[in-house]
Amino acid sequence: MIVPTFFGITIVAFGFVRVLPGDPILALAGERGVKPERYQELLVQFGFDKPIWEQYFTYLVNLFQGDFGTSIATKRPVLDEFLTLFPATVELALCAIVFAVLLGIPAGIISAVKRGSWFDQTTMGIALAGYSMPIFWWGLLLIIFFSGTLGWTPVSGRISLLYYFPQVTGFMLIDSFLSGQSGAFKSAFMHLILPTIVLGTIPLAVIARQTRSAMLEVLGEDYVRTARAKGLGQVQVIGVHALRNALIPVITTIGLQVGVLLAGAILTETIFSWPGIGKWMVDSIFRRDYPSVQGGLVLIALIVMVVNLTVDVLYGLINPRIRHQ
Amino acid sequence: MTDTQTKNIDQTVVKAEVRNAQLQMLNEFWHYFSANKGAVIGLVIVGFMVFVAAFAPWLAPHDAGHQYRDAFLMPPVWETGGSWKFILGTDAVGRDMLSRLIHGSRFSLFIGVIVVSISLTGGIIIGLVAGYFRGWVDTIIMRIMDIILAFPSLLMALVLVAILGPGLVNAMIAIAIVLQPHFARLTRAAVMSEANREYVTSAKVAGAGHMRLMFKTILPNCLAPLIVQATLSFSTAILDAAALGFLGMGAQPPTPEWGTMLAEAREFVLRAWWVVTFPGIAILVTVLAINLVGDGLRDALDPKLKRS
Repeated sequence: MIVPTFFGITIVAFGFVRVLPGDPILALAGERGVKPERYQELLVQFGFDKPIWEQYFTYLVNLFQGDFGTSIATKRPVLDEFLTLFPATVELALCAIVFAVLLGIPAGIISAVKRGSWFDQTTMGIALAGYSMPIFWWGLLLIIFFSGTLGWTPVSGRISLLYYFPQVTGFMLIDSFLSGQSGAFKSAFMHLILPTIVLGTIPLAVIARQTRSAMLEVLGEDYVRTARAKGLGQVQVIGVHALRNALIPVITTIGLQVGVLLAGAILTETIFSWPGIGKWMVDSIFRRDYPSVQGGLVLIALIVMVVNLTVDVLYGLINPRIRHQ
Repeated sequence: MTDTQTKNIDQTVVKAEVRNAQLQMLNEFWHYFSANKGAVIGLVIVGFMVFVAAFAPWLAPHDAGHQYRDAFLMPPVWETGGSWKFILGTDAVGRDMLSRLIHGSRFSLFIGVIVVSISLTGGIIIGLVAGYFRGWVDTIIMRIMDIILAFPSLLMALVLVAILGPGLVNAMIAIAIVLQPHFARLTRAAVMSEANREYVTSAKVAGAGHMRLMFKTILPNCLAPLIVQATLSFSTAILDAAALGFLGMGAQPPTPEWGTMLAEAREFVLRAWWVVTFPGIAILVTVLAINLVGDGLRDALDPKLKRS
């Protein structure tokens, strides 16, 4: 399953540069243009004179050796670029998913238990609105209110320029804490808070809705009635007997949010000038930095694939019905 | 039943019976759909949007592209400095916000209709072929769908637009390509569960060809999940098109597309809240209404959820 999909992804990324309008070498040369002799030289240098299947094969071999090409804009290897920026996106995505889980699961549980109450109706109304939210607009609104009107949070970036400390983990929250500079952690935290809310909104809505419906299904099951009949308290029935079973589909949902998060990161990072791979991809597309786009595509698709696979495995581990098969 | 008896059945009676059964199904559908209050509200809003879009030139108080040189960034009527001439204020080059929003509804609905039509048709054909023929055809088709789905949808759409060139039409094509695998998968799954039913076998025995079996026998019985998915994709299409417009890859200025309007308004975020707020509200309300309808459709069409 994975292997053919991986090769498919590489074909898509390889084909990407070939189907772009215009000559790749002229694109590389930029506005200055290129002399005919130099053009021939470059043609040979990049291997464009070889048959297409041979070019693809070379590309694949390079990929397996960790060579994802060189960025036109920065002249650095694409993989290096990606790995420098990746922690920023991971930090943001992790915070967003934690935000979504911490709010979404309790909200979903209470909604299911108090089905039809005002709490349920309000929560589900908000969840549907969150699910329908154009998040790039949501980000702008939060900036208007919290950064503009109230002046509480900064508008862009990961940390105030006042602070400088070496990168240890790549996660600004941890690094700023380790640096021991007073105010650094607070600055990092304040920079993170709005992007987290923006990126976490759709996952929050999806998780709340999914938890509610999974919980409702489980609450009607016989074993829940048995638990009640045994005289167990509400907390134990819901917290232990019902929740454990209801969480199984919820965890799958959380795993599926990774693709959503990476797509959302493109918009969130652009709005908040967050130096992660989402913004980098958009910038690369606009700069026509095709090696970066090509490499980024493969790496992002790989990450999505690996995460989906992990979720599948986890699903098997936590779901006894599959585990015992 | 013998031949003589079959011939004696009055065809008009059969047709009337069929019509009755269809009416009853429709009635039942409306019964479940209208039980969901949110869905009815959503439907009313969608109806209103369609009305606004259809009569945009007559409803809009001003020309959507006309720049009033004496009214740059004029606030809405209820703010100090606002005027009844521009009820929702004007943008940075003096265009009337309300008129632009009204005209923008045309783009959003147009995007939704076109994208869903393309991806639905493509997805149904691909899914039918894969689910009906199985074997290597199925394997190849589904692998390609997996590959498309391995990329985050917005990223894939962005890259496709980069290849095709920025613009509304190319953005719609890109979004349709990205949404299409969902329909293909859904159709394939439905076809596979239907293909071995007795009615299909009996049609096959009666001599129906591949085309008839696929499109006339099996497809009508797979429509329920596809209709729900189509509604949800409608809202995704509007959101993604707006996002592409916002990133500068969708409709190009001065088109009054809501996402593009937001992109133009970005630099005035902290100075003129109205140029940012209203286009977003328009997107949110439209998408929310369509999602409400989608939820209602799912409740009404999904037999598992019916409590009869």
